[in-house]
Amino acid sequence: MPSDYRRIRYLTRRGFNGKPLVWAGISFAGMLITWDLLARFSGWSAQVFPGPIPVFVSMGELIADGTLLRHTVASLFRITVGFYLAVLLGLPLGIFLGRHKTFNDLFNPIVQFLKPISPIAWIPLAMLWFGIGDKPAIFLIFLSSFFPLVVSTAISVSSINPVFFQVAANFNFSRLEIISKIIIPAITPATITAFRISLAIAWLVVVAAEMIAVPSGLGYLILDSRNALRMDYVMAGMIVIGVIGLLLDFIMRRLGQLESTCWYHFEHRQ
Amino acid sequence: MGHILVDSISKEYPNRRKQARWGNGSGSPSSGILPVLSNINLEVGDGEMVCILGPSGCGKSTLLRIIAGFETPTTGSVLIDGQLVVRPSSDNIFVFQSNGLLPWMTVWENVELGVRKLPDLRSRERKVAEQIEIVELEGFEHHYPYQLSGGMQRRAELARALAINPNVMIMDEPFSGLDFLTHMKMREEVVNMHIFTGKTTLVVTHDIDDALIMGDRIVVLGVCPAQVRLNLRLDFPRPRDFQKLPELNKLRQQIFLMQGVTYAV
Repeated sequence: MPSDYRRIRYLTRRGFNGKPLVWAGISFAGMLITWDLLARFSGWSAQVFPGPIPVFVSMGELIADGTLLRHTVASLFRITVGFYLAVLLGLPLGIFLGRHKTFNDLFNPIVQFLKPISPIAWIPLAMLWFGIGDKPAIFLIFLSSFFPLVVSTAISVSSINPVFFQVAANFNFSRLEIISKIIIPAITPATITAFRISLAIAWLVVVAAEMIAVPSGLGYLILDSRNALRMDYVMAGMIVIGVIGLLLDFIMRRLGQLESTCWYHFEHRQ
Repeated sequence: MGHILVDSISKEYPNRRKQARWGNGSGSPSSGILPVLSNINLEVGDGEMVCILGPSGCGKSTLLRIIAGFETPTTGSVLIDGQLVVRPSSDNIFVFQSNGLLPWMTVWENVELGVRKLPDLRSRERKVAEQIEIVELEGFEHHYPYQLSGGMQRRAELARALAINPNVMIMDEPFSGLDFLTHMKMREEVVNMHIFTGKTTLVVTHDIDDALIMGDRIVVLGVCPAQVRLNLRLDFPRPRDFQKLPELNKLRQQIFLMQGVTYAV
């Protein structure tokens, strides 16, 4: 393995294996202590503002009776299906728009118009169209990821160095080879970043969608616990949401360090 | 194979700046056009190495891109081996001025692009290894372009071009951006490659010494719109040395003068 590559791996890996992890541990410990002190001395009752210990005990209950796992799986299932749908439809459309300027000029205004509408605003329509259940939630996640993916893919395709397309023409590449050997490898690094960003948005949206449109998932767990005035369950749900969000981001970051994207990091380092 | 006939080519571009200022009405209708090449005629024999010289911005690269089929001339035509050039083809490989290696592929994968249509895996591998050996990049097959020095990148690109076994090699400023010694070595390598393979080679350069040392023929273009000002066969033995070939040295002085440099040192 070449040395530059190893250097980049080393630099990026340090974020997880080196000292920063220690600092992260310290800051989380500090947060827990502050939380505990606030809960003890703020004068609020444990029903309104539970401390970390009751919350973790309750979380243990939720884990033990399987509730937490069930809701987590429900949320993850929705985000997976919605996100894959967005990737499956958004990437080809983005590549197409990036390659054909006329179509881009035609569709880009619509995409740009729909993009800033919060997926939450679609909830009434989504429920009317798809009823109660997984479908409206998946639809909302799809919406939240689809437009950012289309836009970022179209931009990264249109900014590929034209020399590479000339090389392709010179070496008699077929249409398929242009896509598989030029476009896809060229946009992979930027696309992984786009995945990371849109997955974070999708995770925000799934929780919000579950509060309204479905009777399961982490969002529903929080809403249901609020109705039962169990703030300890609400907080347990919030913690799980945060941890899963961190894990998703971690996975996407690891994807961004694949060998096939190293050339990009190097070019943009100089 | 590799005879090129450039038949009275002209190329004009729309002049964007003048068109954009439609309001002041001062430009005549013809001022919206920028002529780059005017009536270029050129014949390159099979196996010849022709160096095209000219001041920057004179349209050298445009001429080259037309010959390679990346652009179409406004008038005139290019025939390679009697065939009209209408689009890029793997018969005429263009070696790019900036790096044309695909950065997401290793040296091996880049060189393999030229032979990927061969059905037999064994012969494909042999061919790639052979080309990498010619440009002396053994041991770097599995490096990515960004891990190579500038000179090695150019050599890898040469290997890729040679692997496809084209009739014509077209090189746009192949030594630009290289340091002095690498430049000299690459020049030697291109000349050796040309002697070894006998391929028709077109080289665009702004370096007069490069052209005189390398070319079987030298073509000097004038300022924009470019016309052929000089088309001369160089029958000097190789390796060429300005000190040992007084005639070549005299020619060098003349060309410097043509390009507006009075005291060539």
